[in-house]
Amino acid sequence: MGRWMALEGTEAVAYAMKQIAPDVVAAYPITPQTGIVQTFAQFVADGEVPTEFIQAESEHSALSACVGAAAAGARAMTATSSQGLALMWEILPIAAAMRLPIVMPVVNRALSAPINIHCDHSDSMGARDTGWIQIYSENAQEAYDNTLQAVRIAEHPQVRLPVMVMQDGFITSHAVERVWVEDDDAVRAFLGTYQPACTLLNFERPLTFGALDFYDYYFEHKRHQVEAMRRAKDAILEVAEDFARRFGRRYGLFETYQLEDAEAAVVVLSSTAGTARVAVDNLRRMGWRVGLLKLRVYRPFPDHEIIAALRHLRAIGVMDRAIAFGALENGGPLWLDLLAAAHRHGLHIPIADYVFGLGGRDITPSEIEGIFTDLMQIADRGAVTRPVTYVGVRGELPLPSPAEWSLWIPEATMAGD
Amino acid sequence: MVATPLNLKILSEKRTPLSGGHRMCAGCAEAIIVKQVLLAIDDPVVVINGTGCLEVSTTIFPYTAWRVPWIHVAFENTAAVAAGVEAAYRALVRRGALPADRRVVFVAFAGDGGSYDIGLQALSGALERGHRFLYVCLDNEGYMNTGIQRSGATPRGAWTTTTPVGKVMPGKPQWRKDLTAIVAAHRIPYVAQVAPSHWKDLMTRVRKAVASGGPAFLNALSDCNRGWRHDPAQTIEVTRLAVETCYWPLFEVEDGVWRLNYRPRRKLPITEYLRLQGRFAHLLRPEFQDLVAEIQAEVDRRWEELLRRCGETA
Repeated sequence: MGRWMALEGTEAVAYAMKQIAPDVVAAYPITPQTGIVQTFAQFVADGEVPTEFIQAESEHSALSACVGAAAAGARAMTATSSQGLALMWEILPIAAAMRLPIVMPVVNRALSAPINIHCDHSDSMGARDTGWIQIYSENAQEAYDNTLQAVRIAEHPQVRLPVMVMQDGFITSHAVERVWVEDDDAVRAFLGTYQPACTLLNFERPLTFGALDFYDYYFEHKRHQVEAMRRAKDAILEVAEDFARRFGRRYGLFETYQLEDAEAAVVVLSSTAGTARVAVDNLRRMGWRVGLLKLRVYRPFPDHEIIAALRHLRAIGVMDRAIAFGALENGGPLWLDLLAAAHRHGLHIPIADYVFGLGGRDITPSEIEGIFTDLMQIADRGAVTRPVTYVGVRGELPLPSPAEWSLWIPEATMAGD
Repeated sequence: MVATPLNLKILSEKRTPLSGGHRMCAGCAEAIIVKQVLLAIDDPVVVINGTGCLEVSTTIFPYTAWRVPWIHVAFENTAAVAAGVEAAYRALVRRGALPADRRVVFVAFAGDGGSYDIGLQALSGALERGHRFLYVCLDNEGYMNTGIQRSGATPRGAWTTTTPVGKVMPGKPQWRKDLTAIVAAHRIPYVAQVAPSHWKDLMTRVRKAVASGGPAFLNALSDCNRGWRHDPAQTIEVTRLAVETCYWPLFEVEDGVWRLNYRPRRKLPITEYLRLQGRFAHLLRPEFQDLVAEIQAEVDRRWEELLRRCGETA
C-alpha cells in the first residue's frame, strides 16, 4: 500500500536504491551526494539489501566498476555530484556506447573553480551530450519516482542506455520532505528482473566487450546510439504510463503549469519550478497570463513536444542554472536547445535566457516575477533586446519589477486577446 | 580436478584462450606471457584488459582473438573494471543467476603505464578492497602502444621518444619505480615478479596466485623489441639476461613473506643486458661509463636489499 516517510532528497534516492536492490553499487562520497551513499551503506550494513557495495577510491573507478558489473549482467548503480561527475567524464561516453543500463543519481552542484558545494547545473549540463539519458527532479518525491523509473528506462530493450537522475544539491538533497514510498513488493513487480541481452559471464558463449573500431565500423556504432536515444522518448513515456497505472503518480516528458492560456512562460528545471509556480500564482492574482513548463527529460530533448506546448505564447523565458561559456551570447545550454528547437519547428517568438542561481545563489519569487515582467515587455515589443540576463548578479542591470509593469497590464492583455 | 601438468608437450596441446592470428608484433613478449598465464589456469577465466597493445591488437572489430570472456573499458581503470566484474559475479551467484559450483578466475592485464602511472590509484584501491582477482602487469618499461614514451617503469639511462638521447641528456634521468614492492606494501595474499624466459616459474606463480584467492599481483617483464630496439628473435634471451644480471629478480611475497624464487648461478654484469638493446646503445660509449657504473651499483643495491628481505645470504 505504501506509506509516507519524512526523507531528505538523498535519503529518498537511497530508499529507492534499497528497493531496487542493485546487484552492485560502486560509489565514492562527495558533497552533496553523501547522503545517498551513507544511507545506502547503512542498508547494506543492516543486511537490508543484498548488494555488493564497492566503496571505490574515486568516482572514476566507481563508474568503471559499474561498467564492468553491468557488462557482467548485473544491475549496477552509482551516484555523484559536481567534481565527481567531472572525474567520471571519461567513462560516461563509454558506459553509453557499451549500451549498459547503469542508473546514476546526480545531486547537482557547481563545478570548481572557485570551489563551491552548492547547487547549479554546470555538472550535469557538462555531461549532456555523453549519450546518457538525463531526467531532472523537482523534489524528493520526484527523485524517488524518477530513480525507480530510470531502471526500467535504462533496461528497456529498445533503449539500453545509462540514465542520470538529477536533483538539486542542498535545496532538495538536504531538505526533509514528505515522500510517499511504495511497498517493496510493488516496486519489485514494477521493476521486474533484469534480462541482459548478452553478458560477459557467459562461458558457453564467450564475448568480447569493448573492442577496437576503426573508421570502418565506429560510425555505425555511433549511429546505433542515436537510434537508441531516439527510441528512448517512447520508452520513457511507456514506463511513466505503467508507473502511473501502478502508483497513481503521472509523469511525462515535462509538466506544465498555467500554460494553456498564458502569454509568457518560463522553462525551468528541477526545484526552481516550485519557486516559479509561486511567482506565476502571484502574477496570476494580478491578472497576468503567465505560466511555466518544467522540463523533466532533458536528454533526449523532447523538442517537438516542447515547441507544441509553447507555440501559443508571445514570449518565452528559459531559466538556465549553467553557462555554456563561449556559446551563443554566453547563454545557458537549455536556452541553446530551445532556440534550436524553435528554429527547427518554425516557431518565431522571442526567447530570452535568464541565467540564475550559480553556486547556489538563491532565486526568489520576486526575481522570477521580474523575469515575467521582462518577458511581458519583450512580448509587447515582439523582440528580445537583451538575449541573456544574469539574474541577481552584482553590477548587472536589474530586471524590471512587476509594480512598474502592472500599470500597463490591462492594455497588454487586450493586445494579446 | 587435477591441474594440467606444467609440461611443454601437454601444454602445447591445450587450446590457448588467446588464439593465433592476432596482430601483436613478431617477438612480442606480451602475447607469450598472456598464453603462459592463461594456460596455467584450468578454471574458467574472464579477462579484463586495459587499453594498450594487447587490447588494440587482439580485438579489431569485427574480429576477436579471445576465446574467453573479455572486456576492455579504458586505460587507467583495469583494476576498477575487474572489481566491478568480480563483484557482479558474486552478486549473481548469490541470487542464483549463476551457478555456484565452479571457480571463476578473473585475470586483469594492463601495461606498466596503466599500472605504475595512470592506473596506480585504481590498482591500489582494488587491492586494498580485497577483490578476488589476479592482476598481471605486462611491464614493457614504457608507453609502447603510443610509440615508445617513458613511464615510471622506464629504467634510468634508457632512450625513449620523450627521454631522447641528446647533447645534454643521456636518456631517462630517473630510476624506475618499484611497483612490485609498492603492491607488496598493500599486504595482499600474493605478489610475485616473473619473466617469460622462466616460463615454468611464471606458470607456477600464476597457480599460486590463483590458489591464494587474491587479490594477487604478478609483475611480468614484457620485452618489447620495437621499443627496446633489438632483433625480434631475442625476446626470451633479453628477458633471461634481465634475470641473470639480477636487474629483474624472480621472487614472491606470500602473506608478507618474501621469498627468492631464482638465484643466478653467476650474477652477470648489467652490461650483458644493456648491450643487446638499442635503447641503451649510447650507454656503451666511453662518456657514459660513469652512468653505467651507477646503474650497476643500483642493480647491486636493489639485489642485496631483496636478498635481505628474502632472508638470503649475499
